[in-house]
Amino acid sequence: MNLVAKHLTYKPDDQYHLNDVSFNFEKGKLYTILGRTLSGKTTLLKAIAGLLSPDSGNINFEDKNFSKVPVWERNVAMVYQQFINYPHLSVYENISFPLKQRKLNEENIKKNVDAALKTVGLLGFENRKIQELSGGQQQRVALARSLAKKAKILLLDEPLVNLDYKLREQLREEFKTIFNEGLANETILIYSTTDPQEVMELNGEVIVLDEGKVLQTGPAKDIFENPINLKVAEISNDPPMNIINGLKIDGKITFENINIKLPKHLSQLENKNYNFGIRSSEIKLSDGGEEFEIELAEISGSETLLHLKRGSTKVIALIEEVMNFKIHEKVKVEFNSDKFYVFAEDGKLISSPFRIKNG
Amino acid sequence: MEKLYKFLKYTFIILWTVFIVAPFLWAISTSFKDFQSVNSKVTYIPWLDFEPTLEGWRVLVKSPARGGVDIVEPYFNSLFVTCTASLISIVLGTLAAYALSRFTFKAGFVRNNDITFFFISQRIMPPIVLSIPFFIFLSTIGLLDSLIGLVVVYIVLLMPIAVWIMVDFFNRVPKELDETALIDGCNPYQAFYKVVLPNSVPGLIVAGMFCIIFGWIDFFFAFILTFTEVQLLPVKVVALNSSITPWWSLSASALISVAPLIIVAFVVERYLSKGNLSGALK
Repeated sequence: MNLVAKHLTYKPDDQYHLNDVSFNFEKGKLYTILGRTLSGKTTLLKAIAGLLSPDSGNINFEDKNFSKVPVWERNVAMVYQQFINYPHLSVYENISFPLKQRKLNEENIKKNVDAALKTVGLLGFENRKIQELSGGQQQRVALARSLAKKAKILLLDEPLVNLDYKLREQLREEFKTIFNEGLANETILIYSTTDPQEVMELNGEVIVLDEGKVLQTGPAKDIFENPINLKVAEISNDPPMNIINGLKIDGKITFENINIKLPKHLSQLENKNYNFGIRSSEIKLSDGGEEFEIELAEISGSETLLHLKRGSTKVIALIEEVMNFKIHEKVKVEFNSDKFYVFAEDGKLISSPFRIKNG
Repeated sequence: MEKLYKFLKYTFIILWTVFIVAPFLWAISTSFKDFQSVNSKVTYIPWLDFEPTLEGWRVLVKSPARGGVDIVEPYFNSLFVTCTASLISIVLGTLAAYALSRFTFKAGFVRNNDITFFFISQRIMPPIVLSIPFFIFLSTIGLLDSLIGLVVVYIVLLMPIAVWIMVDFFNRVPKELDETALIDGCNPYQAFYKVVLPNSVPGLIVAGMFCIIFGWIDFFFAFILTFTEVQLLPVKVVALNSSITPWWSLSASALISVAPLIIVAFVVERYLSKGNLSGALK
């Protein structure tokens, strides 16, 4: 009774949009697809909805071959990153549209629409025109429409990406409750995003997609703690995880004339060159630290992102307060070596602070 | 500088308005004159300059047997041909445009853009080039000098306009709108008429306006393809001009033949000022 995809491949031009994608989605669960722009997220969702048919591979749902079922009979719902509603209909008519298509009776429709409106917090907006609503409200209508349908598969394609920062935070918070309350147990919820933070907060099963290929699957915590390679580490962190090419010699790690004492979890490591990964939040300003030159300082919200350089090594440090820096100024920073990841030269994860693996 | 600019701007607008409106005023004034008032001296203002008469207008509805010219029948012929051809062009053109906008066609080297170009290419040639094949075509199927024949020809002339405008319009309607309709349980036909079409009204109005204008003002094909049985308004108006030019009835008929276009212009102007069409006209 699951949604099962096997070896989906889609290559409309000379680039793979989907490259041998397989998965098994269970009912009542939340799945997030994490990947950068053009990684194939939308293509995958459209393939599930039936809006495009892959070149090869197949999708089964409830033990039926889905590829034979046309879109309009699939009982899926989809929310796009653009705010797509029916501009010629009012809010109420928009949300009731799919229910009318399904020929439910008036009373039933009203009940469902009201419940959906309540969930997204738009009660009282029934008669508004879509054009009179703000972007956030429009997206709420789209969400309400997909909730009211009680579809068996709910697809959300970067639903927050076109909203402003503040609203995104707020809706992201609300999403968790909406998904918990508004959904029946037999719904499969698939949520695609470029934002690692969204993935962590939604805390579902994660599929990391890149160039149409599945790089890693697993619970959000797993992806965060043990990204299987450099690419996943990059995609699943914002700002991307810093990668430092360094040498491990007895008891220390050296790069750019910096020596860092070997942390405990890396004691088993062979002596050679590695890619060391460290999150931006694990690099701190410290008087006793090493000297780096500031290339750029970005202030975002209540944080400051410092782009630092020393020799050919570039790192980004996340400072948890708003500070003013001058470009080309020198600052001293310290690396929290307990949080070092180690990747082999070919990118594979060798060791992480959360799990020790040899070889 | 600012003032000078303003002054020049308004001067230009006023001159332009006079340039546009003057012929109409002249025609209105002339349509109420008789032979005497037109030919004696320069006159403008009724009652002061000349004694107004309705003779110029009356002639238009009198049958030729009673000394009139009867433009009523050509008028309704023109209305019928223009409206029927426009309507069919819009219906067929909209369907064709939707297909061209949403589906990818491949036939040898022919792609969607080539098909769109094929439609508009019908309008690239000078009309005189088309007139010979049209003439032969209509005479072969026996529709020369008939309303139906004219409707057929006008569809050929107007549909490219409808296709051209509507392809452009549909290309601006996000594809996700159709997709959402499909996901929400519409089959492709329902998605078209329940969702896409109601949101395309501005485009349909513009396309319809252009079809009506181009159909209504056509003189060339109406002249070539009709003889005695059927006459369209532009041909009839021109035919009024005999050895003595009847300026009064000529003016009156000119005025009532532009009347529908003025109505169309007002309707469209209301939509334009609402900003609804700005996208469709860009």
